[in-house]
Amino acid sequence: MRRGIAATALVAALGVTLAACGGSDSGSNGGGSKGSGELSGTVTWWDTSTVGSEDKVFKKIAEDFTKKHPKVTVKYVNVPFGEAQNKFKNAAQSGSGAPDVIRSEVAWTPEFADLGYLAPLDGTTALKNADDFLDQAAASTKYNGKTYAVPQVIDSMGIFYNKKIFKEAGVEVPKSIAELKTVSATIKEKTGKTGLYLRGDDPYWFLSFLYGEGGDLVDAEKKTVTIDGEPGVKALKVVKDLVDSKTAITDATNGWDNMQAAFKDGKVAMMINGPWAVADTYAGKEFADKANLGIAPVPAGTGGQGAPQGGHNLAVYAGSKNLDASYAFAEYMTSVETQTAIAKELSLLPTRESVYIKPDVATNEMIAFFKPVVEKSVERPWIPEGGSLFEPVKVEYTKVLTGQTTPEAGAKAIGESYRKLLKDWK
Amino acid sequence: MAVDTTGQSVAKAAGDTVARGRSRGTGKRRSTRKRSFATHWYAWAMVAPVVVVIGVIIGYPLVRGIYLSFTDANERNVARSIGVNQIPATYEFVGVDNYVDALTGSQFLGTLVWTVVWTVACVSITFALGLGLANLLNRRIAGRSVYRTLLILPWAVPGFVSVFAWRFLFDERRGLLNEILTGGGLSAVPWLNDPTVAKLAVIAVNVWLGVPFMMVALLGGLQSIPGELYEAAEMDGANAWQRFRNITMPGLSSVSTTVILLSTIWTFNMFPVIFLLTRGGPGEATQILVTQAYKFSFEISPRDFAQSSTWGVLILVLLMVFAAIYRRVLRKQGEVW
Repeated sequence: MRRGIAATALVAALGVTLAACGGSDSGSNGGGSKGSGELSGTVTWWDTSTVGSEDKVFKKIAEDFTKKHPKVTVKYVNVPFGEAQNKFKNAAQSGSGAPDVIRSEVAWTPEFADLGYLAPLDGTTALKNADDFLDQAAASTKYNGKTYAVPQVIDSMGIFYNKKIFKEAGVEVPKSIAELKTVSATIKEKTGKTGLYLRGDDPYWFLSFLYGEGGDLVDAEKKTVTIDGEPGVKALKVVKDLVDSKTAITDATNGWDNMQAAFKDGKVAMMINGPWAVADTYAGKEFADKANLGIAPVPAGTGGQGAPQGGHNLAVYAGSKNLDASYAFAEYMTSVETQTAIAKELSLLPTRESVYIKPDVATNEMIAFFKPVVEKSVERPWIPEGGSLFEPVKVEYTKVLTGQTTPEAGAKAIGESYRKLLKDWK
Repeated sequence: MAVDTTGQSVAKAAGDTVARGRSRGTGKRRSTRKRSFATHWYAWAMVAPVVVVIGVIIGYPLVRGIYLSFTDANERNVARSIGVNQIPATYEFVGVDNYVDALTGSQFLGTLVWTVVWTVACVSITFALGLGLANLLNRRIAGRSVYRTLLILPWAVPGFVSVFAWRFLFDERRGLLNEILTGGGLSAVPWLNDPTVAKLAVIAVNVWLGVPFMMVALLGGLQSIPGELYEAAEMDGANAWQRFRNITMPGLSSVSTTVILLSTIWTFNMFPVIFLLTRGGPGEATQILVTQAYKFSFEISPRDFAQSSTWGVLILVLLMVFAAIYRRVLRKQGEVW
């Protein structure tokens, strides 16, 4: 009898254990389109737009997709931009918890495609009127002869400045690094405010200084690492000098929030930023009167002037259980109609030629400024490793700014990790 | 009753095969073990589920991690399942290359040095503060229970919440600490922006988080020391320091060895404080071994699983060596552990 009980208990215990292990299979997105051609099911979209300003607009527009396709449910998820790349790769690799559509930064797109995570879009409903897309925007969506994403927005960077502070100090917008220093000194003297906020925890903000010295991270055509050349060292010296000479303030952590807060509260007169910051900046108390926000090209260095070409694409996860609805959603989010609405509300730059001539878009001051800047902006290499190039710069850039290493040693360290990453490059 | 009879017959049968099979020398011990298994088989059966669960949630990842550390696995060559596409794994066995790279390169050793400094600093400061507070609270003072409750508070708040709170306090431009400093006419401190200050800041936060545990554990130890010992010592004319040195310290030794060991292991692997406060920055100034291993696996691109598991195995080995040495030293001193 006793044995009977023991055996039963054992079986029961094992049963519980197995049940606990075997349970919960990833949340599947059931549904899908069937026969009649009407789309149904759920489309999960990971957006990475700025929280607190852009995300509200994108959420509303995304959910309006249901108006066109009543049987489709859109699940909007805002993933912080800094985490989205790795979060998506984790989810996509294991095949569970990945979204159907992701807002993929231009440099991530070739990487995701190379890893096999993205569905090719050629010949699907996602690409409609593809000739209308700007060539610059479309370039980042192509990998190995196939199209893996639809361009959503395009951007570049410029100096955002507080017109009131500039007027008070009686200065003009600086056109070069040298002018930036003298202008900042005058601002400090006349108003007690700091000239520039330099984003020190994100290497993207370092690029315009690198281009200004005539450098670049890599030369993809010649398969050469160029960051550790003379321009790279010079650019690191320039940013270090901006901080040391108190032209700029910077932070090693929490840079985005501190930059926006400092600029919106009028504690600094300038920041270098892109269209994605416009909506958030207008929400600041200094910019209740939108006219107070001025914008100008990034300052030139000793070897040229340039800002990086950036932007975001919409890509469809290859493992999506609802591909047809996802294609339709990607098309909807990049359509002329949607892009016009986004450009109007958020001053983000459309990727379709035909949107720029819409009346609401043509008169938008921010878009009018950024359009030529984007046209002249420096195109980044669209290689699978493109998304991997920033981490080494981030570490060394911050180290240089905080005085833990010299510009020479920093540039050398970045070059070394690039050569490890890019096999057979010079 | 039934259990015993069947048990014996099973043991006999099993014993026979063993004797016929391998060496006879161990046959005797083997058969006793078999008999004990036969007698207590249901006890083994009852622990089996636990063994299975532990095997699945600890054993498998451990073995897998050790295996990966001998390969060149990264994001680009591991098996992936994307919808209907199954991409097979193509990584290869590379022997001890990863270990050689880690141990001969400067990154692992550099990080190890800071990890050791961080651990020693945190544990010693936490222990000293915990001991002091435990002694204070062991006296009969007014409002003792209120103080005790307040001092346990950092422990009651979830770790990540308090670390985030500290992050806001430390913020160089908008943080409360600098508002107070500049308000008082002092210059602002770059709490998390300067490598040296950031190191001190992370240690301070970890001490703040760790003191309650030390205090509670040591307070328990203090209360288990009989009061008569202190009375007798006072009668013999021992002063406060002598009483502390000769009664409190020996009385606490068994508790303190345990809490120091636990605290060392926890601090060595204290992921949330570093990760949430500085993410290892500025640069890599506050990066400890676990946060760096995490970075290899989840933050760099392509994610390097092999290197990450190599560091993980090295951390495990280091802590095991530490525990073994610690135990031997204590045994030499006559401690039972």
